Amino acid sequence: MKDMTDQTTKTSSRFRFVANIVAPFLGLLLVILIFSLVPEVQDRFLRAGNFKSVATQSVIVALAALGMTFVIISGGIDLSVASNIALSSCIVAFIINAGLPPWLGVLGGMLTGSAIGLINGSLITSLRLVPFIITLGMLGIARGAAKWLAENQKIDAPITWVNDLMARSPQPPWLLMAPGIWLMILLAAAMAVVLRFTMFGRHVFAIGSNEAAARLCGIRTRRTKVIIYGLAGLFCGMSGVMQFSRLTVGDPTVAVGLELDIIAAVVIGGGSLSGGQGSILGSMIGVFIMAFLRNGSTMMGWPNYIQEIIIGFIIIVAVSLDQIRYRRET
Amino acid sequence: MKGISKSFGATRALDDVHFDLKRGEVHALLGENGAGKSTLIKIMSGAIRPTRGTMNLEGAKYSPASPLEGRKMGISVIYQELNLAPHMTVEENIMLGQEWKACGFLRRKKMRQKACEVLRLVSHPEIAPDVPVRRLSVAARQIVEISRALLEKAKILIMDEPTSSLSGEDRHRLFRLIKQLKGQGVSIVYISHFLEEVQQVADRFSVLRDGKNVGSGQMEEISLDGIIQLMVGKKVREVFPRLPHEVGPVALAAFRLRGKRMQAEVSLSLHHGEILGLAGLVGSGRTEFLRALFGLDACHEGVLRIGKEEIALTGPRLRIDHGIGFLSEDRQGEGLSPGQSVADNITLSRLAPYSRFGFLRLGLRNKEVERWIQRMKIKAQSPGQSILTLSGGNQQKVALARLLHQEAKVLLLDEPTRGIDILSKLQVYQWMAELAAQGKAILFVSSYLPELLGVCDRIAVFYRGQLAEVRPVSEWNEQSLTAATTTGRTSAGLH
Repeated sequence: MKDMTDQTTKTSSRFRFVANIVAPFLGLLLVILIFSLVPEVQDRFLRAGNFKSVATQSVIVALAALGMTFVIISGGIDLSVASNIALSSCIVAFIINAGLPPWLGVLGGMLTGSAIGLINGSLITSLRLVPFIITLGMLGIARGAAKWLAENQKIDAPITWVNDLMARSPQPPWLLMAPGIWLMILLAAAMAVVLRFTMFGRHVFAIGSNEAAARLCGIRTRRTKVIIYGLAGLFCGMSGVMQFSRLTVGDPTVAVGLELDIIAAVVIGGGSLSGGQGSILGSMIGVFIMAFLRNGSTMMGWPNYIQEIIIGFIIIVAVSLDQIRYRRET
Repeated sequence: MKGISKSFGATRALDDVHFDLKRGEVHALLGENGAGKSTLIKIMSGAIRPTRGTMNLEGAKYSPASPLEGRKMGISVIYQELNLAPHMTVEENIMLGQEWKACGFLRRKKMRQKACEVLRLVSHPEIAPDVPVRRLSVAARQIVEISRALLEKAKILIMDEPTSSLSGEDRHRLFRLIKQLKGQGVSIVYISHFLEEVQQVADRFSVLRDGKNVGSGQMEEISLDGIIQLMVGKKVREVFPRLPHEVGPVALAAFRLRGKRMQAEVSLSLHHGEILGLAGLVGSGRTEFLRALFGLDACHEGVLRIGKEEIALTGPRLRIDHGIGFLSEDRQGEGLSPGQSVADNITLSRLAPYSRFGFLRLGLRNKEVERWIQRMKIKAQSPGQSILTLSGGNQQKVALARLLHQEAKVLLLDEPTRGIDILSKLQVYQWMAELAAQGKAILFVSSYLPELLGVCDRIAVFYRGQLAEVRPVSEWNEQSLTAATTTGRTSAGLH
């Protein structure tokens, strides 16, 4: 008797897990399938080189989406991510331009990103304001700071190894893909483990699901939240390094509006803006669904606005499918 | 606890209160809303500190600085609003805040085993540890919360209205569990408005009134009336007032009506001057029927007549215009607008009298609302006061005032006395009697059988989505009603 119930619950939980991951994954396969069936773009689209360039384009959004996944699962939101990326990338350029060693620039970018995130988290918990407001304010502050630092221009910097991080053809060649892509894959795997198999991850879910209950159970909700936003900031910092690597200059006006892409990726991947739901794999799939759509549409010669409309629809469809599934389950 | 006092500014919530709890006993803490019960359990659990007085736990001085510290010392509160994370699984909820880890990673297998073990301990091994909590019934969620407390090695469980949203069968299971826990040496502080239940469950009782001890003793040695008398502080001559009223013509008739969420069609008619009770377990379909009557759930089948007029089966607006008023069982979630004022809540469904050229005449409205506050004896300082600052009983009075203000002739009341104090309850019964005497028709849903038997003219029983029986109140008694709600039939040999 006992074994039987155990068996059924195990299969049901496994089924849920599969359903949570398979649904967005099918969406991604569908997007790829559609473009590979169109004769005009088929051979260009399906080339390994194209997949590689899609991956390279995705690194910046993907890194930031890793942090955003934690934020959204905890029931929060971070609107300042794109500004944070711009500021961090300018810091990298600034430091390298000043003649300091490139690794110091990379470190500086990451520290800047983390600092912004930690400030977000501290303000949210100490002022007890909703994350939307705090990070909306930070969106302006970080962007302004970036422009100030760059004196409203681009910050030039000498070419260094930092620029190889996002190179199409990596050095050494046995890497096959740009180091940035490898970094993205490694970090995604690590964060998936953190989210599922550590206490911190479980507490992130608990806060998003019912913050009062979490506090009652002795979880340090404030500290956990500060860490979550700090983590999101750290990923923005890395994303900023990649942004600089790709542009080779520090541009304070880069990534305007990118926060919406990042949030969209998490949401397409099953993250719930009311908290308690989401996964790293889902968010990564969300990133790639959007990247492949952009890539395919460009090959088809569709204008930019068509891509925007399609992605808009995808967000609505993905989330409403998710909602239907959720309701049926309850 | 000895000589506990707590003052909030000038108001003294607790005044020299004593409370003692023996190992392995169920001690009922009774009193009306505002008597100081919540303050006392907050002090016990460590949520607030007493202004004066001392507490001892197992001989040692006990002065917790936070609920967390209280829990660590073995005192857990099971609150009315359940404190669970709905997206997370049963196991995750039970282990929340006490996860086991090794080298930074969770020991998931071990934790799952432990969760199963605790669930077996509370005799609910059928609750699967991998199911998200939101898919569980309210009763099962409560078990999960109790399991969590036991995992923390709770010595004292404080249960605040644990049965208010449970159906009969689940209540009995909970009582069995309480007995079992008692046997394991756990002490339980039991707070409930359902006095009959308290009599069943508790060994001893303590009654608070206006922040003072007014009586305590062995449960067997006191009658129900005695308890009520202690709580209210005066002799309650008639709990259920009956005013002479005449049952008039049909006010509302449903013919083979079936709402979206109903399992079967229902035909029922309600007369002017009549109080018709709807009994049934949670999930038996009574609330769904009420929602279909009021148009909150769409109806695709059936006929609805108000008076002699057949009305279209559209949404609530048309029903309100025809004089139907609905009081939701979910006061906070649906019945009232929590952020708004008493005036807003009373007049929300009928603002037209205060509107001139589309603008609201707030002065006029406030005057009218003040009259309602007096008439309904609502304890509010002004019409502009937020309803969140009112007690549950006064909130319910506001909700009722809205129905009367909108001049409803047919009142659909879903659990109007749930979670409110005894005096407010008596007030509600009084009004129902008065309204019926004025010729209004009242449909009264309740899970509390004594009040149905005390107030109604007829009682209809819902069972598994169907209307099972309708009889005059004189043909029902508590046994037959219990039988009908739990089996769908009145057992043989009754009347």
